[in-house]
Amino acid sequence: MIAEIGHYALVLAFFVAIAQVVVPMYGAARRDAALMGFAAPAASAQFLCISIAFGALMRAYITSDFSVANVAQNSHSLKPLLYKISGVWGNHEGSMVFWVLILALFGFAVAAFGRQLPDTLKARVISIQGLIGLAFLGFILLTSNPFERLDPAPLDGRDLNPLLQDPGLAFHPPMLYIGYVGFSLAFSFAMAALIEGRVDPAWARWVRPWTLAAWTFLTAGITLGSWWAYYELGWGGWWFWDPVENASFMPWLAGTALLHSAIVVEKRDALKAWTILLAIITFSLSLMGTFLVRSGILTSVHAFAVDPERGLFILGILIVAVGGSLTLFAIRAPALKAGGLFVPVSREGGLVLNNLILSVATVTVFIGTLYPLFLDAMTGDKVSVGAPFFNATFVPVMIPLLVLLAIGPLLPWKRGNLRAAVEKLWVSALFTVVVAGGILVLEEGAPLAPVLGFGFAAWVAGGVVTELAERIRLFRIPLGDSIRRLFNLPGAAYGMSLAHIGMAVFICGATGEMNWTRELVATARAGDTLTLGQYELVLEKVERSQGPNYFRDMATLKVSKDGVPYATLHPERRLYPVQQMPTTEAAIRSSISGDLYVAIGEGSDQGGYIVRVWVKPLVPWIWTGAMLMVLGGLFSLSDRRLRIGAPKRSKRPAARPAVTEAGD
Amino acid sequence: MLNRLLFLLPLLIFAVIAGYFTVPILTKKDPHILPSVMIDKPAPPHDLGPLLEGKPGVGPEALRGEVKLVNFFASWCGPCRLEHPILMRLAAETDLPLVGINYKDQRDAALVWLRELGDPFGRIGVDGDGRAAIDWGVYGVPETYVVDAGGHIRYRHVGPLTAQALKETILPMVEHLRAAKG
Repeated sequence: MIAEIGHYALVLAFFVAIAQVVVPMYGAARRDAALMGFAAPAASAQFLCISIAFGALMRAYITSDFSVANVAQNSHSLKPLLYKISGVWGNHEGSMVFWVLILALFGFAVAAFGRQLPDTLKARVISIQGLIGLAFLGFILLTSNPFERLDPAPLDGRDLNPLLQDPGLAFHPPMLYIGYVGFSLAFSFAMAALIEGRVDPAWARWVRPWTLAAWTFLTAGITLGSWWAYYELGWGGWWFWDPVENASFMPWLAGTALLHSAIVVEKRDALKAWTILLAIITFSLSLMGTFLVRSGILTSVHAFAVDPERGLFILGILIVAVGGSLTLFAIRAPALKAGGLFVPVSREGGLVLNNLILSVATVTVFIGTLYPLFLDAMTGDKVSVGAPFFNATFVPVMIPLLVLLAIGPLLPWKRGNLRAAVEKLWVSALFTVVVAGGILVLEEGAPLAPVLGFGFAAWVAGGVVTELAERIRLFRIPLGDSIRRLFNLPGAAYGMSLAHIGMAVFICGATGEMNWTRELVATARAGDTLTLGQYELVLEKVERSQGPNYFRDMATLKVSKDGVPYATLHPERRLYPVQQMPTTEAAIRSSISGDLYVAIGEGSDQGGYIVRVWVKPLVPWIWTGAMLMVLGGLFSLSDRRLRIGAPKRSKRPAARPAVTEAGD
Repeated sequence: MLNRLLFLLPLLIFAVIAGYFTVPILTKKDPHILPSVMIDKPAPPHDLGPLLEGKPGVGPEALRGEVKLVNFFASWCGPCRLEHPILMRLAAETDLPLVGINYKDQRDAALVWLRELGDPFGRIGVDGDGRAAIDWGVYGVPETYVVDAGGHIRYRHVGPLTAQALKETILPMVEHLRAAKG
């Protein structure tokens, strides 16, 4: 019964979406306040309906209602509660319901918090948001009904893929989806602006917090996924350039560019068409991510729903959404008038360069991910593109960005002086030389990669500190005044510094891990001692026991570092009987200088176990750097300027004419 | 005018990209059977050295004689790990010969992988630089091919093997090929 209510609520949401699309859009064209007023309640009703559907599905999972096919295929009565809940979005149908739930949530957020928005803009944004929802609700109802019943109901379910039964992965998809879907609002705002024919600083101020929120969640989501792969897959890597990872990375790159270009619109009333285009591209890449994962056109660990019919449906949505929005862009965008003058050496000039580099980086990843498909379509040749391609192309593309990252924030708006900015960076340059030189000395005959990596990290960090020091006029005014200034900085300033310093920390982590990792693989019996670098590991015992829905072999290793007892590690190997699948639970001892990572394999016939040990320097810096970026996003969101949002009501166009329609 | 064209450019680029996506999907229904031009052609004759001591590699003659599955795998490949239990079960429960081709892998890593997860293969060849994979038309690992007694490729499965694909497609095809030969 509950499942049927859920299904019914989805159908209802579909029809509400139709009304949400048509009525406000028509109302905005007619400037009819009553019809435009329909937008907010429709968005709320939409959110309510989908919440009911999602709640019904979650209830089916929690109560293990195996008469619902989706639950029977992806859950099991013995599964811990957390994974029963995360199982809701750990499968195709459930994840799509979750997708539209987030979409409706964002629509609802505009309805609830967008009181300051001009009526026409608000109505149009909610209408476009409804249109996206309509497409995906249609997709769910026609091809992926999560509430399909099984008769007779099986006694127990087929369990969730054990690799996915993990706390890191329980929260990875929701974060990622909030990020992906969050960009839908930037898209809806872009479409609405094109229809209105007007983009101004106020528009950018409304778009930025939403984009920032989506970006922050996407960053957190990607980080969680990478962290999960690192400790769960048991082979010690943290980024594989896997097509599905790339699918989430491309919207991140484009979204990062969007964040920066929206600043230019806000501050200088320029770069409008480009910002609109970026908003379209960012959301298109999010949609493409969904398409790539769902269509099975690229295979990977993540492609859990491979079904050509679904792939075609999403491809259809993608073509209509991207094609339609780009057509609108081609027609309306040329009329958008740029505001201020533009000098290459200026803050806005730096941001343009930032956008250029990030776009090239996005294209690089795009080509690497899809080139094999293109080549196949054109010539029938088959190639595979892997990490070597990305390391050879993506990394060099990012280097100028890092150089720029230190300089850009020091340039003033409108007219900058490159020389003055670079002169301010002498401390940073000195720091860079010291760090790079230090690496050269410490690691005799060190390859170029770590020298460059840490050198750039130092340059970026130095740049951030310099910028902060400039801001608070350190050493130029009394120290007390400087500190007072530091505490009075706006949230956005902290946000920028944190995110940029996060970048430097991340580079250190990635460089350390890639260049200095040491590995040992050996077969060991109880009592054997393994040595790797400063570490000595004694395998004490391996015991078999039973978990809630798996069996495990748990090893106990006593570790000493430089002869001093350091840690006791318990790597596990689990077997999930329902899916007949083994998983590895690595044991990781983290410290600021790096990770000691131990995984065990199957016992061999001779009674020993395969033990793999890695020493991975600086790995925690990778996650720390990413978390600093997230923190930067949150600080920036807390900025008063964004919270009270934009101009006062008096500035908004009245319900009638007054709007300057764009014309050539 | 030029300005207008510039704004049209994103749409044009997208149209090209969309075309490349759509055409193959519309013309061939299942993206999993999608692209192989190698179907019904003789398997590429490569002489791939053995991975393990005491277990033969994959020479050109090794692919003839009886119906078999040829599986491209690598220790660095996540989906391979997913499908491995299925290969193990196949080796234990059927008499279908399994031929492994270790793709762009490090020998030690591959050995650890087989020791850790089990070795379902009757013979394993090393394709260190991926040349053989290119000739086979491998897009990415894992991929599995059905090769008939005459050494012709009959079917290509892209991505990890699933119990369903085995039961509904691959094993019936193996039966069919065996019957045709007999």
